[in-house]
Amino acid sequence: MSGRRINAPLVVGGLLVLLVVIMALVSYVWTPYEFKFLPVPKEQPPNAEHWLGTDRSARDVLTQILLGARTTLFVGVVAVGVAALIGVPVGILAAMSPGRFGQLIMRGNDILLAFPALLLAIMFSTLYGGGTTIAMIAIGIATIPAFARITRSGALQVINTEYVAASRVAGHGPLAIAWKHVLPNVTGLVIVQASVSFAIAILAEAALSYLGLGTPTGEPSWGRMLLESQNVLHRSPHLAIIPGAAIAVAVLGFNLFGDGLRDYLDPKLEGR
Amino acid sequence: MLLRLAQRFLVLLASLLAASALVFAFMQVLPGDPARVALGMNSSEESVDQLREQFGLDRSLIVQYADWLRGMVTLDLGVEWVSKAEIAPQLIDRLAVTGWLVITAMALALVVAVPVGTWMAVRHRHLDGVVLSAISQIGVAVPAFLAGIILITYFAKRWQWFPSGGWVPPAEDPLGFLSRLALPAVALALVQASILARYVRSAVLEVLREDYLRTARAKGLRPMQALTRHGLRNAAIPIVTVLGLQLATLLIGAVVVERVFVIPGLGSFLLDSVASRELITVQTIVMVLVAAVLIINFLVDALYLAIDPRLRTGGR
Amino acid sequence: MTTTTPSDRARGQAGNNPTERAGSRESAPPDAPRGEDPETVLTVEGLDVGAGTTQLLHDVTFSIQRGERVGLIGESGSGKSLTALAVMGLLTEGLAAHGEVRLAGRDASLLGASESRMSRIRGRDMAMIFQEPMTALNPTMKVGRQVAEVMTQHSQADRRSAQRKAVQLLDRVGLPDPAAVARSYPHQLSGGQRQRVVAAIALANDPLLLVCDEPTTALDVTVQALVLDLIVSGVQERDAAMLFITHDLAVVATVCERVLVMYGGRIVEAGPVADVLGNPQHRYTQGLVAASDLERSRTDPGRSPLDTIPGNVPPAGKFPDGCVFRNRCAFATKACEQLPPWTPRGEHPAGEHASGYACFHPVGSDRDE
Repeated sequence: MSGRRINAPLVVGGLLVLLVVIMALVSYVWTPYEFKFLPVPKEQPPNAEHWLGTDRSARDVLTQILLGARTTLFVGVVAVGVAALIGVPVGILAAMSPGRFGQLIMRGNDILLAFPALLLAIMFSTLYGGGTTIAMIAIGIATIPAFARITRSGALQVINTEYVAASRVAGHGPLAIAWKHVLPNVTGLVIVQASVSFAIAILAEAALSYLGLGTPTGEPSWGRMLLESQNVLHRSPHLAIIPGAAIAVAVLGFNLFGDGLRDYLDPKLEGR
Repeated sequence: MLLRLAQRFLVLLASLLAASALVFAFMQVLPGDPARVALGMNSSEESVDQLREQFGLDRSLIVQYADWLRGMVTLDLGVEWVSKAEIAPQLIDRLAVTGWLVITAMALALVVAVPVGTWMAVRHRHLDGVVLSAISQIGVAVPAFLAGIILITYFAKRWQWFPSGGWVPPAEDPLGFLSRLALPAVALALVQASILARYVRSAVLEVLREDYLRTARAKGLRPMQALTRHGLRNAAIPIVTVLGLQLATLLIGAVVVERVFVIPGLGSFLLDSVASRELITVQTIVMVLVAAVLIINFLVDALYLAIDPRLRTGGR
Repeated sequence: MTTTTPSDRARGQAGNNPTERAGSRESAPPDAPRGEDPETVLTVEGLDVGAGTTQLLHDVTFSIQRGERVGLIGESGSGKSLTALAVMGLLTEGLAAHGEVRLAGRDASLLGASESRMSRIRGRDMAMIFQEPMTALNPTMKVGRQVAEVMTQHSQADRRSAQRKAVQLLDRVGLPDPAAVARSYPHQLSGGQRQRVVAAIALANDPLLLVCDEPTTALDVTVQALVLDLIVSGVQERDAAMLFITHDLAVVATVCERVLVMYGGRIVEAGPVADVLGNPQHRYTQGLVAASDLERSRTDPGRSPLDTIPGNVPPAGKFPDGCVFRNRCAFATKACEQLPPWTPRGEHPAGEHASGYACFHPVGSDRDE
């Protein structure tokens, strides 16, 4: 009865996400300087030439922030993509499989759930020596259970409805039912989960890069900027605060967007 | 009730076994030769073979897995490949350090989150409730290690109120222990408190809409009385779930925060072992962390039974 | 029943002694007119309830006397539950009430009373039974404690004797093995049993006023009559006043002596049950009675189906000005754009608002037939 209403978190979150996307897009056509050591003083505070200052290797901070947005989004997209591509079918399969088999899938899912993204990424990095690709895949695998779970719960609601029973009686196979009835009904849930998982992926990537196991040296990354700034913070706190704020803005954006979207798609749940 | 608990315990054991197989598979079955990884690409063929033999890496995978499992159960984990240091005693020492950090942080977070989250729910239509809610949203977005870096910058480096890192066991120097625990625990707790406060808020909001709270008011309980006597226990049910999940993320957050504060906990142990390519040690620490997560989940289930009578007696 | 409780004191102030009442109760059947001066327990005057700029209740005025059972009927969305919650002071946040609600023995209006004052009255002098027994009890607290709490809260008993009294109360509402019930959790009881528990809580402190909001609607038909009986006998034993909300006219006819008809947040008709249901004056009441007859005509195909009320109840705040019913009324004229005045019907000891209607074209007037 009550219609969908645009809410404040949706708008604010959407704008913050848009800001990060614009930063990443801008970095393809323009950055204030090149991403390299410049013949200028190191550790400059923000000023007219370098709007966000320079780091301890005399690289422009704004340039790194813009390029870092690209890395952040890239990691998020790939990790969430991997997780959704595997997690959603697994969740639907678990919901549509009768009895033991469905339960078994979810048990396996619960065990994978005990592997936090960061831990899996650290473990993988021992074997493959870290790097952005390893980080993305590890974060993606660790995020599968979240998608499988939410998809299964959404799918179960649809499967128990009368129109799916009718469709089954009409002779539609499980694949047709999954495609025609289940998938459209879990899309909203999956998008909300994607937004929330995106935020988690950003946090994991930042932590990994800070530990030196994520994005390698020479590639721009917000987490890496934090690592490189650590020893000079007492004189140049802006070198931590700026990339820190960038991470927080991106995470806040995706979290708010996910929350807002959930309320928008299901007004009954508003405020929860 | 005991039957359910026993059932859950069996599930825990099965999960631990499955998780250990998964960890082992990730580390051993995936391409790459552990001995060569440990010694580096330029090591001689002989030294690699020697290491392989010495640590039984030439045995079949099943035997290696069984051996590793037995080692974990009996706490006989052998020595590190390169440093030859015993693994088990280090593991226990460092687990204690991380335990202090995580439990202190969780306690701090709870002490803040329960009243603040309740307040946010009760006042959700008022300015103070909305402002607090917005602050908690921002708190969720700040990773714990960033909070740690900022705390060090100001409280340790600039104002020098606390040491910037390190560790002293509590028995040795209680004051030094506390002063070194303070910043990392707060760094972890800030984020956790924000996350928990949001969950407390939504759980309390839900409870505030419940009919039995209106019944309590109709009985003559004041709003806060009704909430504390009838609401909080019910709100605790969803919060306990989150608490379990959050304890797990806290454990992983501690891995990074220990690096920030140079604390010799499990996280530092893990990262050092990664750096020195001690595969078995990495594998074991990962398993300990995963086991901790699974055991926490089991305890959460047990706690449920204590809180919710509907689960104890069956039926709904 | 010989201890003097604070609620007895409240009655005592109003000039009545509990033992006397007990005596008169046995001699005179409750339906018979009372010889003594009727004493007003609840007075509601000019009650308005609004959410922001939307007004939900308009100028609701009625009163209930000691021992009187008054029904409040109307379709859902007409404002019945809102009236009950406003009387109890339990309106949700964001709803504001104006006007006067007075309880016997208390001079000041309950509206705008401090929360601490209201919480001393609620559960002791006035109590409420809700519609949904399945959710009205705390799922994590034993039933006995939930009953005992209403007594300890008002210092009517210490913890131990409250627990003992709780078992007695559970016995008196007809629960088998009350001691076992007291030790169980709500989910172990059926809906009907839970509603008995809720009734026990409501009646525990012998309230002056019992408000019931559709107490049997959620129950199985077979259980409804039993629970109704126990509520009515509980009220009669205590000589309490009762406000009984329902949409079921048959229930009103069996339970209540007088009835208020509510529509669009206004009381459109009031009076003794026989008058209002047997010979309704307001066109809305007429429709309501006809609609309930329709149910009967289904089982009796010889009778022609009567008209139900055309259209639907508008959403809150979207009722027309003037007569709230005029957009659904077949008899509405230009005159109905004005608010119809209250027309008293006969003499009623409780005043002109106790019996009457607000309609320009009542049943039997010129445009009928």
